[in-house]
Amino acid sequence: MATAVRAMTDNAWARFAARRLLRLLLSIWVLLTAAFLMIHLIPGDPVRAALGVTAPAELVNARREQLGLNDPLWTQYGHYLADLFSGRLGVSTISGLPVSQVIADRYPATLELAVYAFLVAVALSVPLGLTMAVLTRTGRRRRLELGFTSTSVFLGTVPEFLVGAFLVYVFGVRLGLAPIAGWAGPDSYVLPVLALAIGPAAVLARITRVETLAVLEADFIRTARAKRLPDRRLYLRHALPNSLTATVTVAGLLLGGLVAATVLVENVFAWPGLGSTIVSSILAKDYPVVQAIVLVYGLGVLLVNLVVDVGLALLDPRSTIRES
Amino acid sequence: MPRLRTPLGGTAAVLLVAVLATAVLAPPLWGEKAAAAADTANILQGASAAHWAGTDGLGRDIFFRVLVATRLSVLLALLATGLGVLTGLLLGAAPLLVGARVGRLVTAAVNIAVAFPGLLLALSFAVVFGVGGTGAVLAIGFAIAPAFARLTGTLVATVAERDYIAAARIAGVGRLRILVRHVLPNIGEPLVVNATVAAGGSLLAFAGLSYLGLGVQAPAYDWGRLLGEGLNSLYMHPLAALVPGGAVVLAGLALNLTGEAVARGIGQTTPLFTAVRRRRPEAPLPSNQDSADVVLAVEGLHVSFPGVTPVRGVSFTVRRGEAVGVVGESGSGKSLTALAIAQLIEEPGQVRAERLEFAGEDLRHGPSRAQRRLLGTSLAMVFQDPMTSFNPTQRIGRQLAEPARAHQGLSRRRAFDRAVDRLRAVRLPAPERRAHQFPHEFSGGMRQRAMIGMGLMGTPMLILADEPTTALDVTVQRQVLALLEDVRATTAAALVLISHDITVVGQVCERVLVMYAGRIVEDVATAELSTAARHPYTQALLAAVPHLGTDRDRPLTVIPGRPADPGDTPVGCAFAPRCAYADDLCRRADPPLEGGVACWHADRTVAPPGPGG
Ligand code: SF4
Repeated sequence: MATAVRAMTDNAWARFAARRLLRLLLSIWVLLTAAFLMIHLIPGDPVRAALGVTAPAELVNARREQLGLNDPLWTQYGHYLADLFSGRLGVSTISGLPVSQVIADRYPATLELAVYAFLVAVALSVPLGLTMAVLTRTGRRRRLELGFTSTSVFLGTVPEFLVGAFLVYVFGVRLGLAPIAGWAGPDSYVLPVLALAIGPAAVLARITRVETLAVLEADFIRTARAKRLPDRRLYLRHALPNSLTATVTVAGLLLGGLVAATVLVENVFAWPGLGSTIVSSILAKDYPVVQAIVLVYGLGVLLVNLVVDVGLALLDPRSTIRES
Repeated sequence: MPRLRTPLGGTAAVLLVAVLATAVLAPPLWGEKAAAAADTANILQGASAAHWAGTDGLGRDIFFRVLVATRLSVLLALLATGLGVLTGLLLGAAPLLVGARVGRLVTAAVNIAVAFPGLLLALSFAVVFGVGGTGAVLAIGFAIAPAFARLTGTLVATVAERDYIAAARIAGVGRLRILVRHVLPNIGEPLVVNATVAAGGSLLAFAGLSYLGLGVQAPAYDWGRLLGEGLNSLYMHPLAALVPGGAVVLAGLALNLTGEAVARGIGQTTPLFTAVRRRRPEAPLPSNQDSADVVLAVEGLHVSFPGVTPVRGVSFTVRRGEAVGVVGESGSGKSLTALAIAQLIEEPGQVRAERLEFAGEDLRHGPSRAQRRLLGTSLAMVFQDPMTSFNPTQRIGRQLAEPARAHQGLSRRRAFDRAVDRLRAVRLPAPERRAHQFPHEFSGGMRQRAMIGMGLMGTPMLILADEPTTALDVTVQRQVLALLEDVRATTAAALVLISHDITVVGQVCERVLVMYAGRIVEDVATAELSTAARHPYTQALLAAVPHLGTDRDRPLTVIPGRPADPGDTPVGCAFAPRCAYADDLCRRADPPLEGGVACWHADRTVAPPGPGG
């Protein structure tokens, strides 16, 4: 019987993996196709637009030929996919640099920013949400609850780049404490990371509190209390793991948004990452670069979603088994 | 949160009206002032009486520019939202509009698109539609569409199955008409709420795009543009960025909060306990029944919550090794009595007692370290629902081992070994393997065994079992009861068994306490239950029990009348409204528990009346 149970569980895991992989591949395909169509849906002639109205017709045509834009759409699509898989991302129409090099130069700064911001958000929000839940459970400390909820709603609403601007004003301009722009040593991380982290942290803290409140009502918490465990153990070992499921789900969604929010925050802080590059490239109509950056961001988001789903399955094995 | 609704809704409404009024009125009123390059000598000035927020690079008044920009900012956000909502509606209703097969494709595409953050979608669309106000409206509109499509899809699915939709379809009503006439009105509320919140989001997103230079282009200006210009000179002139920033946040909050307030308005209100009363310490009474034989002594136990007192003066003692049953309907206060004894009532609940002693320890004055230890090792609890009483994220063995590690200082290894041994003691098959499993791999009966085993980790003096078999089927029920008896025999622990089922109690216990409306109304030996029960309620309980002669197919006899409402207990005997013997005395005065029964007319009731006799 034990092996039967084990086999069933293994099966559920295999089915989960297969299902998830299929979705990932499908999403990647949609992303690639969308990025391809994005360039081809631009009204007018992108080459003409990039070279300017004064460019001679032969130059435009030569450039179109060189980029393969005169081929039928299907052929172009095929070339595009083939190029992608062999790592050829084209050449920037502005700087003439290979796009892959632009990406390689720029993505580490963005990745660092997103990862630190996420870690900071989680490190701030989970303890805060848990503490708030313990302090305000069963309707205690109404004032504290009201203050916490309103503050977190407010902070969750203010867009990251405004938080960034405000932080620059307070710490850079007023107090002169932190460097406010560019990439200059560890200090320069503080404000951009905080700007990115504060909003998600507020939202996460609120979710953690609500989830923990629900868990604290659960029967197994009563069992744990009946064992007369120290409070620390009760909250950290019994309540927290059970309230994390929803928190992880939301954290995953926020992380996706956080990856995108780097675009704005990088512009506030003149951060040398993908976000500032994509904006300048859109403005300069440097389409190969834009396309590649959209792909990188999109893949990043898909990867995050995958990690979250696997994390959830590990946290709560029942849901995986039930689902399949 | 009914108390919150009014201020929240009020604030949101005031903010929203202010924003909209500014949007309408500001351009005609102050348009010229904002556009006028007052004088080129006044470039990039700080705040002054003439220019509250200073001037920009062309000497224009920033405060007025922010006010005037309200119209364009709000208008563009609303346009984008409208576009997004409409697109989302059409996509979400696709299964209804174009048939199931194409609809499924659309839904799958929407599900994939939802995974990407709105800003990323907006940037991609901005590439397609070009830089500028129109492009940004289209970009943001299409970027919020997937989330809306998903919401619509979910909502439509819940409505589409209803009868009147099917009827309309059979009657040949057109698909678009069905959507507009029959489906939308039924899903309107959540859509409106989400659209309002989405409008707030669009406004913030628009500010972002314009700030990046991808939205509104000069000479037109919205808040995002003003912000972008202001941020460039943040060092010299912070107000130029802070004022438009504040405007964006204010307007975004106004829309979001309105959505929240509307959502709460149409949702149900939750009655939360408002007042929190402090526990009232009482002077300890000299205890007169101090024989070492008593494991548990309770006198005048009250449990109250704001507004209700479900336990109103319960007194009883349990001797070493004794098995006492507590029966009563739900709401009689029997479970709260158990929780109060175990010190598991939480705020806002309040426990009061003249006496509450376990193993000679007065439990009324908060848990000291020693007391926690005593309770943790000597008081075993078994709860009603074995499915929810274990932590789903921890292995059973670890959950059993926990109190031994906390109170007996056992090492992880030793505690786990003891847990396995205890699982064996409650006759759980293959305890070593089982100890490594999670609760969801256990059946209900196995979990209840494990729960009893948890109580055996220490040296229990009292087992408090609250409806331990109610959630189990009959055979398992019998096994668990047999196990409880067994445990009692081997450990000499006393047992308090709480049940709504008087037969269950009769099988295991020597003595039965019958509870009604927060009081003990009768205290009687099980052996004499059928012959000597004197309280009319006890007799009614007994009459309701099906015995061998009863036709199993007939519905059980139920006690006539409604169970007592703990929020509204009468002055006199709480059972009076349901009692055949009730008279004026009963309705005027509450009978005390005397000679094992709390009834004014106990002498009259010895020959049990009632249906079937
Ligand atoms: S006191 Fe009166 S009403 Fe109450 S049970 Fe006895 S006879 Fe009935």
